[in-house]
Amino acid sequence: MIFAATDTQLRLDANWVDYLLVALYFAFVIGIGILARRSVSSSLDFFLSGRSLPAWVTGLAFISANLGAVEIVGMSANGAEIGIPTMHYFWVGAVPAMLFLGVVMMPFYYGSKVRSVPEFMRRRFGTGAHLVNALSFAIAQLLIAGINLYLLASIVEVLLGWPLWVSLIVAASVVLSYTALGGLSAAIYNEVLQFFIIVAALLPLTLVGLNKVGGWDGLKEKVAGSPGGAEQLTSWPGTALSGFDSPIFSVIGIVFGLGFVLSFGYWTTNFVEVQRAMASSSMSAAQRSPIIGAFPKMFIPFIVVIPGMIAAVAVNEVAALKSGGEGAATDYNQSLLYLIRDLLPNGMLGVAIAGLLASFMAGMAANISAFNTVFSYDLWQQYFRKDRPDDYYTGVGRKATVAATVIAIGTAFLASSYTNIMDYLQVLFGFFNAPLFATFILGMFWKRMTATAGWVGLVSGTLAAIVVGWLSEDAFGSFSIGVIPLSGQGAAFVAAGAAFVLDILVSVVVSLATQPKEESTLRGLVYSLTPKKDFHDQSEGRLAWWQQPTKLAGVALVMVIVLNVVFA
Amino acid sequence: MSERSTKQSPAKSPRKAGAFDIRTFIALLIGIYGVVLVVMGVVATSDTDLEKSGGWNVNLWAGIGMVVVAGLFQAWAMWRPVVIPGDPDDRDPDG
Repeated sequence: MIFAATDTQLRLDANWVDYLLVALYFAFVIGIGILARRSVSSSLDFFLSGRSLPAWVTGLAFISANLGAVEIVGMSANGAEIGIPTMHYFWVGAVPAMLFLGVVMMPFYYGSKVRSVPEFMRRRFGTGAHLVNALSFAIAQLLIAGINLYLLASIVEVLLGWPLWVSLIVAASVVLSYTALGGLSAAIYNEVLQFFIIVAALLPLTLVGLNKVGGWDGLKEKVAGSPGGAEQLTSWPGTALSGFDSPIFSVIGIVFGLGFVLSFGYWTTNFVEVQRAMASSSMSAAQRSPIIGAFPKMFIPFIVVIPGMIAAVAVNEVAALKSGGEGAATDYNQSLLYLIRDLLPNGMLGVAIAGLLASFMAGMAANISAFNTVFSYDLWQQYFRKDRPDDYYTGVGRKATVAATVIAIGTAFLASSYTNIMDYLQVLFGFFNAPLFATFILGMFWKRMTATAGWVGLVSGTLAAIVVGWLSEDAFGSFSIGVIPLSGQGAAFVAAGAAFVLDILVSVVVSLATQPKEESTLRGLVYSLTPKKDFHDQSEGRLAWWQQPTKLAGVALVMVIVLNVVFA
Repeated sequence: MSERSTKQSPAKSPRKAGAFDIRTFIALLIGIYGVVLVVMGVVATSDTDLEKSGGWNVNLWAGIGMVVVAGLFQAWAMWRPVVIPGDPDDRDPDG
């Protein structure tokens, strides 16, 4: 996921037209920040866009926030390396969880009027679980923002030949200017714009690439003849992805490990995503955001994973990397850049560069806008300064944005010198998600679950994941001791599974031994204690079928199953 | 879309947070990109470019595609303009 930034071989041959197109994009980004600034009149405007956005906007922002460097670079690299099984990260590892979030969990988040996911935690389980959740989330966002920033700066470095530190500061300043000005609205509107620029960049690239290798059939033929073989053309059983030797365990691992524990943990509790939906203007719009997002999410792999596969057969450097030949690229992360260099003329090249920069910037902006909300509402307001006027918290949010950007520059430098450590830290933060989902889902549907059970379950689940990671072969690189013969994604699946199971067990046992919360405080937070009308808009019955969350989710589910079958 | 907001507290008087229309921005940026690419495709396509792409005039076709998409966005923005919540008769801009 990290570029070798010192690599001097790869240069994109951009001319003034390309730079003009890139500059134009930046002008739009800042312009949206300035316009969004005008509409910030309260802290709710700044942190949650005044809960006023239409569902298609929040739905696109929902997936754009996740369409950062890790996704574009990482998934095209996976495509180049293992081929079609990479689709599982989208069709199994994202869409079902997004639909579940919209149909089942969003009514709790939106209906209870909390301003963040950790705040839900606090109202349901009190400050113990809240502090664990808010702190681990805030720290993780700073780290990931740094990684996104580093990737952004390394693209600028490849493109313009600027030293890394100059690129870092310039890139960070652009992100800072619009997030500090316009808050979440600026971030969300830019995410929507970014989504279309990414499509405008990657769709032509994919089509030209397919033309170059002789269409879909040509690609299949070439991939089958390449070192990966025909196995890379079918999504199941995906042993290359899971790292399990047995096809049966591989399928089980992907369905339960990736499809259930990991992805539900990520998509349903990660405030970066949920915040976008919370900015919607009504309950049904909030529910529809992740569901609307699921439709483009299904098709994004076609313009991310497929170009990676094309690069692996059409770009000399990437093909050499795969076969172990001479003149190989340093790693698969550069596949997309090589393909852009080989296929696109000046003009389209500028759009492609703008698309990549857009993706990395929006990724970072999403991390920072989620961070400043959690910092201001959940940490500062909750534990330091409780009863200040609303303006005060908007000010705190702006300062937190500046501080987060500065810290992200620091993390980006760290990322450039200690690549592996950063990867392990990301793995570590991933381990916080699986127990979070277990705690949330149990807390939402079991009124007996107690506050103590909330934080004890979280901590023991997270520890279980860390222990499994440590015992595995390589989840933490050389820190892992290799007692359990699992590596790569397989280790992550088992670690997350262990965290989920242990969290549930511990929560149940502790709940039965401690005093439950007063039932009257749990309205909106626990299913059986919430009147059904709290979960629905009064007017929901009047909406057309495609505006009703459950029906729309059903359509998405059928489509994703069809995709899974077609590429099986 | 404003089902809830119309029924709720008076604080929901016209909010401007959702009031500027991102669709016109998308139309404008993609439209400019499209026009620039079409021009590039017509005047600046070299034989090397054609060879790179396997014979397609990438700028020209991508440019035409973007102009069309930009037109669709503009049409959508004009057909269903953004409504400010609080208006009793509003229709949902996201359809």
